[in-house]
Amino acid sequence: MNIKPGEYFLQGNEACMEAAVLAGAKFFAGYPITPSTEIAEGLARMLPESGGEFLQMEDEIACISAIIGASWGGSKALTATSGPGFSLMQEAIGYAAMTETPIVVVNVMRGGPSTGQPTRASQGDILATKYGSHGDYQVIAFAPASVQEMFDLTVKAFNYAEKYRVPTFILSDAEIGHMRGLLTVPKEIKIVNRKEKGVRRSDEAYDVPDDLVPPFPTFGKGHKATITGITHFKSKIEPEDPKIHQQLVRRLNSKITNNRRDINKWEVIEPDSKTMIVSYGSASFGAREVAAKDDRVGLLRLKSIWPLPVEPIHEVASKCEQLLVCEMNLGQLFWEIKRVALEAGCKRVELLSKIGGDPPTPGEVRHKLREMGAI
Amino acid sequence: MMDIFEFYRKDEWPHVFCPGCGNGTVMNCFFRAFNKVGWKLDNTVFVSGIGCSSRIPLYINSDAIHTTHGRAIAFATGLKLSRPELDVVVFTGDGDLGAIGGNHFINGCRRNVDLDVVCINNNIYGMTGGQASITTPHDYMSTTTPLGNKEYPFDLAEIAVAAGANYVARWTTKHVHELTKSMATSLTKKGFNFIEVVAQCPTNFGRRNKMAEPSSLLEWFKESSVRRDKARAAAIDHVDLNLAGQITIGEFVSRDRACYHERKGGSAHGNGH
Repeated sequence: MNIKPGEYFLQGNEACMEAAVLAGAKFFAGYPITPSTEIAEGLARMLPESGGEFLQMEDEIACISAIIGASWGGSKALTATSGPGFSLMQEAIGYAAMTETPIVVVNVMRGGPSTGQPTRASQGDILATKYGSHGDYQVIAFAPASVQEMFDLTVKAFNYAEKYRVPTFILSDAEIGHMRGLLTVPKEIKIVNRKEKGVRRSDEAYDVPDDLVPPFPTFGKGHKATITGITHFKSKIEPEDPKIHQQLVRRLNSKITNNRRDINKWEVIEPDSKTMIVSYGSASFGAREVAAKDDRVGLLRLKSIWPLPVEPIHEVASKCEQLLVCEMNLGQLFWEIKRVALEAGCKRVELLSKIGGDPPTPGEVRHKLREMGAI
Repeated sequence: MMDIFEFYRKDEWPHVFCPGCGNGTVMNCFFRAFNKVGWKLDNTVFVSGIGCSSRIPLYINSDAIHTTHGRAIAFATGLKLSRPELDVVVFTGDGDLGAIGGNHFINGCRRNVDLDVVCINNNIYGMTGGQASITTPHDYMSTTTPLGNKEYPFDLAEIAVAAGANYVARWTTKHVHELTKSMATSLTKKGFNFIEVVAQCPTNFGRRNKMAEPSSLLEWFKESSVRRDKARAAAIDHVDLNLAGQITIGEFVSRDRACYHERKGGSAHGNGH
């Protein structure tokens, strides 16, 4: 049963699975792993009730392989995992990018490397999401910072995965996944369905042009589609042709980077402050409190992190004197943000990095800002 | 009766297979079995991993998905369960299925989703130039076993039996009639059905093992093939082509367990939610 419009008090992982079902997910394959397991447990019950299929596979490689298979059958499909499972999925993430398969992967991040801190929050997988598989490719990734955003951004993740035929990620963490909070389910939710080959729809005008995102030849409809991870042009494999490889890989990248303005989501607090903080997910909790109370400090909170939201970072960095990047790793998105900020003319870009499982507190953010002479 | 070039994409030829390769025999047998059972190309999806045998779906005039190395069964499982009305066939090889994909293979047999899996076992990594695989016989030569293979091979068909596959058969490319018949049986049976075809790779297996002529490999298959019921009585170590000097062939098992999506799900041992 789909969740009804109204107000609820739910866990982040629960909000995610409710949103997935509402967005039209019909297939989930998962493997137990802390701290994402609630999503599998919930969908094991919810999906069969809504005409979908839940499957527990033998490992995370099988999970992502199964959802790619299900997606070619025409189903909106997702999996949920964390650190070690996410590492196992990397090869297939590249395969999904190369074959332009819409899938959603929820990564409830925990401390790594290796087994690390299974029950504690981290933002250690930011670069692995974009660069973990071999070759040049683009993905879309959202970073929720509340139970409400776990819901809203999961719906968006499905919509963008379908629209751009690209693997799309929810980069949550143990903090957001397990926190309980208020969720408002709106009366109307915008759902985007994939552009299917040979099927006319009323909302075709909003489609990305065919030369960037070709229509999806769903299996079993007589398209005789050959899908392969080998460099290909339409249904023909062309592993040796430099020109075809260039055209294909450049298109797979530009269909996302050319549409950054459509994809990227963010929130700004006090945009004209002398010092701006850039943060996302649970790393932004402390920064948000500081920015809300102190006129000298503002916050750019990224709700999507891949493709890199170059435009809002550039705009904020061009107006402020110094920038502080706050994240729960040893500096991952920091280098990307610093590059854009320096190009925008920002003089100083600092990093507040915290690992170990706890988000930076407002006190820790203030301490860093004092060091920078911002407050 | 469908013409063979309605089934295979002539525009994709020439194919990648070497002269004397066993894949052509398997393709021919499969085409005949497909015709015999009257399946429709537009209702069938072919799934494969990586390797010589995994190229076969790219030549079939149907929807096909050529996936990552070893994972074909996992992709096929998701596809079949999302669209149970489609028929799903997996083409794979010994390395793809038994080495990198071994976990998906045994769990696929256990899960018993309605899939037909054809494994072309040529005892070698052919596409990469002849490295030892999990079915290279003990003491045999390959580029990675220059002094002879120190390891002992897997018996894929026996693994499938033990792991719970619904139907298991093994033949060689010398046994075309039996193979075609087993393929037709596999297609008509529900559940996870597994057919292993021991096939010749003259280029990368035969050449390094004094059987460079395709016909010498076929002769070898003919001479060493023993029906499973006889073989079981004769030798405990029948898994090893070299030690036992035999390839066990035949229908290994034919069961009728309810396949995955026919099962209701258990209230028998639960609290009946």
